[in-house]
Amino acid sequence: MMSPFLFWIFAILMLVFGAAVIINRNPVASALSLVVSFFGLAALFLSLDAYFIGVIQVLVYAGAIMVLFLFIIMLLDLRAEELRKINWIASAGGIAVALALMFQIFSVVEKFPAAKQSFPPLAKPAPDDVRQIGLLLFNNYTLPFQIIGIVILVATVGVIILSRRETR
Amino acid sequence: MITLEHYLMVSGMLFAIGFAGVMVRRNIIIILMALELMLNAANLSLVAFSRFHVNASGTPNYNAQIFVFFIITVAAAEVAVGLAIVVALFRLRQTTNVEDITALKF
Repeated sequence: MMSPFLFWIFAILMLVFGAAVIINRNPVASALSLVVSFFGLAALFLSLDAYFIGVIQVLVYAGAIMVLFLFIIMLLDLRAEELRKINWIASAGGIAVALALMFQIFSVVEKFPAAKQSFPPLAKPAPDDVRQIGLLLFNNYTLPFQIIGIVILVATVGVIILSRRETR
Repeated sequence: MITLEHYLMVSGMLFAIGFAGVMVRRNIIIILMALELMLNAANLSLVAFSRFHVNASGTPNYNAQIFVFFIITVAAAEVAVGLAIVVALFRLRQTTNVEDITALKF
């Protein structure tokens, strides 16, 4: 487990840059804020001893997905979109609904007594989670793993068909 | 002392930020980014529960981490398809603002 100080640093980093994603009017700044937010989240995964998930988070999100976002933003050249007026009434309504949801989640978590206990200690030496996850993935979750492979294949084919230029 | 509650609260806040982004922002690319934030909030609470539920042999419950692995994979496929749709839409209408796309609005 990580020290509380580091937990708060990374949690606040993640939340502040997560908020920056939706506050920034420039889509490139939003995408870069999202990268920082995901790095904070990866650090929180490491603090939960989930090293494999933390590394995957950085590789897939901060690596692949953000490059895709930045590529599309720069391809579409969205400068004109920034000049739109903000509809303050609709924004206030949206934020109010999100705040209501957040306090709902808080009240549910408050009523969950087990969550007040601290995390139980792990065995020493620390278990190698990549090996454990690999064994579980190929022993117990073989069919879902193959289905996920099919999903990726279908997505790839779909993207190619969607981005093909129409020929009439 | 950091307990499971702190992780769940942080996860709830991140989910609310993503939800506010979907509700407030009108640029479809930013809406996709806010969707990613919400998916990651779910991942954070899953990993926190995985660490909380320690087996008799002293290892975390890896089933939740497998679940997170699948969520990340599906999110990657979803972003690829979503951005392809955005590009096709932009080619047709020259906009990424959801308020300009009202053909299906009642």
